[in-house]
Amino acid sequence: MSETTILGGQEVVGVGRIEGPILVVEGAANVSYDEVVEIKDSRGELRRGRVLEVGEDFAVVQVFAGSTGLSIDGTRVRFLGNTLHIPVAEEMLGRIFDGLGNPIDGGPEPLTDRYADVNGQPINPTARIYPRDYIQTGISTIDGVNTLLRGQKLPLFSGAGMPHDQLAAQIVRQATLGKLAGAPQTEGEEFAIVFAAMGVKNDVADYFRRSFTESGALTRVAMFLNLADDPPVERIVTPRAALTLAEYLAYEKGMHVLVVLTDMTNYGEALRQISNVRGEVPSRKGYPGYLYSDLASLYERTGRIRTSEGSITQIPILTMPNDDITHPMPDLTGYITEGQIVLGRELNFAGIYPPVTVLPSLSRLMKDGIGKGRTRDDHPRWGAQLYAAYARTQDVRALASVIGEEELSDVDQKYLKFGRAFEREFVNQAFTENRSIERTLEIGWKLLSILPKKELTRVNLDEIEKYYTGTDASN
Amino acid sequence: MSNEVGKITWISGPVVRAKGSRNVGMLELVEVGEDRLVGEVIGLKGDQMTVQVYEETAGMQTGETIYGTGLPLSVELGPGLIQSIYDGVQRPLPLIEQAVGSFINRGARFDSISREKKWKYTPKVKVGDEVKGGDILGVAMETDTFEHRVMLNPDDKGTITWVAGAGEYTVNDPIAKLKMGKEEKTVTMLQRWPVRKPRPFTDRRGANIPLITGQRILDTFFPVAKGGAAGIPGPFGSGKTVTQHSIAKWADAEVIVYIGCGERGNEMTEVLQEFPHLIDPRSGRPLMERTVLIANTSNMPVAAREASIYTGITIAEYYRDMGYHVALMADSTSRWAEALREVSGRLEEMPAEEGYPAYLAGRLAEFYERAGYVNNLNGSQGSVSIVGAVSPPGGDFSEPVTQHTKRFIRCFWALDKSLASARHFPAINWLDSYSEYLEDVGNWWRERTGKDWLAMRNRAMELLSEESRLSQIVKLVGPDALPFTERMVLETTRLIREGLLQQNATEAVDAYSSVEKQIRMLELVLYFHERGMAIVKRGAPINLIHDLPVVDKIIRAKSTINNEELQKFDDLQKEIDQQMGQLDAEYRQ
Repeated sequence: MSETTILGGQEVVGVGRIEGPILVVEGAANVSYDEVVEIKDSRGELRRGRVLEVGEDFAVVQVFAGSTGLSIDGTRVRFLGNTLHIPVAEEMLGRIFDGLGNPIDGGPEPLTDRYADVNGQPINPTARIYPRDYIQTGISTIDGVNTLLRGQKLPLFSGAGMPHDQLAAQIVRQATLGKLAGAPQTEGEEFAIVFAAMGVKNDVADYFRRSFTESGALTRVAMFLNLADDPPVERIVTPRAALTLAEYLAYEKGMHVLVVLTDMTNYGEALRQISNVRGEVPSRKGYPGYLYSDLASLYERTGRIRTSEGSITQIPILTMPNDDITHPMPDLTGYITEGQIVLGRELNFAGIYPPVTVLPSLSRLMKDGIGKGRTRDDHPRWGAQLYAAYARTQDVRALASVIGEEELSDVDQKYLKFGRAFEREFVNQAFTENRSIERTLEIGWKLLSILPKKELTRVNLDEIEKYYTGTDASN
Repeated sequence: MSNEVGKITWISGPVVRAKGSRNVGMLELVEVGEDRLVGEVIGLKGDQMTVQVYEETAGMQTGETIYGTGLPLSVELGPGLIQSIYDGVQRPLPLIEQAVGSFINRGARFDSISREKKWKYTPKVKVGDEVKGGDILGVAMETDTFEHRVMLNPDDKGTITWVAGAGEYTVNDPIAKLKMGKEEKTVTMLQRWPVRKPRPFTDRRGANIPLITGQRILDTFFPVAKGGAAGIPGPFGSGKTVTQHSIAKWADAEVIVYIGCGERGNEMTEVLQEFPHLIDPRSGRPLMERTVLIANTSNMPVAAREASIYTGITIAEYYRDMGYHVALMADSTSRWAEALREVSGRLEEMPAEEGYPAYLAGRLAEFYERAGYVNNLNGSQGSVSIVGAVSPPGGDFSEPVTQHTKRFIRCFWALDKSLASARHFPAINWLDSYSEYLEDVGNWWRERTGKDWLAMRNRAMELLSEESRLSQIVKLVGPDALPFTERMVLETTRLIREGLLQQNATEAVDAYSSVEKQIRMLELVLYFHERGMAIVKRGAPINLIHDLPVVDKIIRAKSTINNEELQKFDDLQKEIDQQMGQLDAEYRQ
C-alpha cells in the first residue's frame, strides 16, 4: 500500500456497522463528501477507502480492498481531507501499477510532485476540437467501414471466448496516423498506450504484456491491473486512475494516447455490488439508476482540446453477458460511445478473424474523417454500398434457406457469392496482416464488382466507371 | 442579497439536506456551502430542507452553510441569447473556458447575458402610450438581420413617462420609464423568468402549418405542425442525433433552441464548429445566427441536466412571445428522465416503473404542453415546436419514457435498428411511425403546391404497407411465386424506399429537399407505378420494367437534381413515357 498520504485528518476508533465492503463510521465531524480515508485493522495493516455519504455525525465509507478481517472495535479510520489523487508523470509509461495506481513492478514510486484527482473534471464542450483525423489500424472492417478517429471512443462488444483481446492487441500494434490512400506507409510509433484491466484473468493481462513486449511497445505503455482475484471494489478506481494519467499525457504533454479498458462488464458488476449493499433503488437488472452517468464520467474523458496537440482515443472492451446487446452494460455504453465494433459468434465459428459482425457495427465519427482529402473521394459512398449489399445478402440467405439456392434469381445468386467473398476476403485477415487503406478500398471494389452495375445505387456513376472491374457491360 | 438559511446535515451525490429556517420557499434558488454552488430547494419538512445541487459536491462537508436568494430558479432573457452556448443552468460555457480553462470548475459564476455589450436599439413606443405585459417597447438588432423585440414583462402594465432615443445600449441601460399606479418603474432590455413556469399567452391557435424540415420522410410522410410536438425514439446507432441535427439545420423556424441533454461532448462541439459555416437557405446568414445551444453533456452534473430542459423551453417561449416560430430539439429526453430518477432515488422516494418516480408522466406532460402555436399577449402570433429524442434501453419501445411520451405527442418518428444496419437513413420506420397532423396541414400543401399532396402521400403509404404484406410471402416462397401485378408493387416501393425515403444528410444536393422537389418526386414515382401497372396487366414480364434505364435515374434523382432545376423532373417523366411507351406498344397487340 502506498505511503503517500496527504497529511492531517482526524482519526476515529471503531466503526458502527460493517456490511460487505461498506463501513458506517460514527462520531466523525467535518467529513467531506467523496474524501479518501485510511483504514487500519487491529493488526495495523492499512487499506484505503472513500466516503460515499455523510450525515451529521456519521459517514458511509467504501473500502477498496474489502472488509475482510475488519472488526467493529478494532478498526481505526483516518479521514484524509481530500478526494483520491494519484501521481502523474511521463515516466509512468513503461511501468505497471495496481488498480489504485501503486507500482507493482518492483520499481520505485513515480518521482513527481504532480498529483491529479482521479475523478477528473468534465471537458467544456467549447474547449473541444471535433475529431477529424483518422487512425489507420490496418484492419479492413475498421478502416474501411467503421473508421476510428483520434479523440473517438469506440468500444469492442464481444462475448466470452471470442478473440477481442487479439483484436485489441492488433489495433494497438498497428495503429498509426491515417494518411491519404496511396501515401507511403510508416510504422506506428506515435501513440502512448494506457491499459486498464478490471477483473480480467491473469493470463489475459499476461497476454497483453507479452504482446506489447513483442511489438516493442512496452516502453510506451502504462498498465493498471486489477485482476480477477483482486478486490472488486478497487475496480471502481482503476479506469479513473488510468484516464487521469492519460489526460495528463494528452493534455499537458501533448501526446496521442490510446486507452484500452477491459473488461467494462466487470466494472459494471462492481458498481452494482456496491449499490446493492447500500440498498439503493435498482433500475434494470439490478444496476443502479446512475449507471449511465457513471459510465459517461469514464467514456467522456476522451477527445481533443484546443489548448493541446494531444488526444485521447478510447477502446473499451466489454463482454456481453449471454451475447445480449440489449443488456444494460452494452446498451448504455452504446448510447455514450461514438459507435461500436461488434464481434459475432457465427463468424468466429466459421474461422473468420477478426469476427467483426459488420451490420450492427458503426463508427459515428467516420463521416468526418474519410473521403476527399482524407482517405479517398469514393470512400463514404463505397462504404455505404458495401453495407447495403451485405444487408441485402442477409435477406437473400434467409430466402435461400427456405426455397433453396437453386430457386434464387440470378441477381440474388450474385448476392450470395458477394456475401461469401465479403466474409472470406474483406472481413477475414491475418493477425499479422496490416492493410493499407488503399488495399482495403481495392478489395471492396473487387467484391462490389461481383454484383451487376445496376445494383450499385449508393456509389455514383463516375466511380463505377473508374473502379468497377466486373463483367457487367450494361450502361 | 443572499442570507443564511441553514446548515448542511447530510450529503449524497447531488442531493443535500440541511436544517434551518422555515421561511425558505419550495423551488427557491439557494447557494450551497462555502463554494456557493447553485442549488434548488426540492423538499421541505419542518425546519429540514432538501436541496438538489447543480454542481459536483465532492469535498463538501456537513455543517457548511446554505444561503437563500428568495428567488426561484430563473433564466436571464434579453438580446445576446442567440449564438450563445450555455450549460443546463444557463452559465455561458465560453466564459467559463476563458476563466478556468478547458475543464469545467465548480463555483464559476458569470452573467448569462453580457452586461457590457451594446445593442443598436430603436424605440417603438412614445411618452404617454398605455402599455401592458408583452407589448413591444422597441427593437434591438441581435445579429445583423435578427430583430430582438424588447417586450414589457408580462406582469407589468402602465403609462410610458420616458423613452430612450434610438442608440446603442447595454442590457442594463434604461430604455423606458413606466408609471404603474403610484410607482414609477425603469425598464431595461434584461428580464428574468422562472424556468418552471410557462410564459403566458392569450390563447392557442390551430396548428395547421407544417414545420418544413427538408427531410422527405418527415415533410411528405409524417409532418409535424408548427407548434406541435414530435418524438424520435430509437436504439443507439439508429440516427437520432443525425436526424435532430438535420432538423436543426433545415427547419423553417426563425429561432432554433438545441438542448444537448446528457449526450456526447463531441456532438455539441460538432454543432458549434459546423453551424457558423452553414448558411441558412432562407436568410442567407450563418445558421448559428438563429441558434441557442444548451449543452449539459452526460458527464456534467446530473441535476443541471434536469434543469436544462426547462432553461431551453423558457428561452424558446421568450422568442415565441416576440412573434417568431421557434423549434426546440431536446436530445435526449430519456437522459432527462434518468436525471429525475437519480435524484428521486437519492431521496428514497417510492419508485414506480423501472425505478422512475411516479411523477415522470406528469413532468413529461408539462414539458410537451409548453409547445404550441399561440396568439401572444401583444397580438402577434408565434409558435414553439418540440422535437424530443427518446433513448429506450435496448431499443424496447414498451419502456416507461417512450410510452408516456407517446401520450403527449402527436407525431411519432420511430427509428429502426435494422434499417440503420442496412444504412437506410434516416432510419425512420414508415410502418411504425405516425403523424396526427396530416389532415391539419393538407390545405397548406394544396395552397403551396397546387397539388393534392395528401392523396398522393396516402397512395404511397398504401403501396408501402402492401409491400410489407407481400414481403412476408416473398420470405416464404421467393418473389417468383408472386403475380406480375404484385411484383410491380415491389418495383415501385423500391423506388419509394431508395429514391424518396432514403436521404443522405452529408451530400450537398440531397441534404435538403424543397417542398416542391418533394412533391415532384412523389408524383413521378406514382406516375411510374400507374404506367408500369397498366403494361404489366397486359402481360408484359416484370423484368422488362425492372431493367428500364429510367429506373436507376429516378433513384438517383434525389442527388442529381437540385432544388432549383425542378424542370428536370419533366425530362424524367418524358423518359418514362418514352421507355414505357415502347413496351406498351409491344404488348398492345
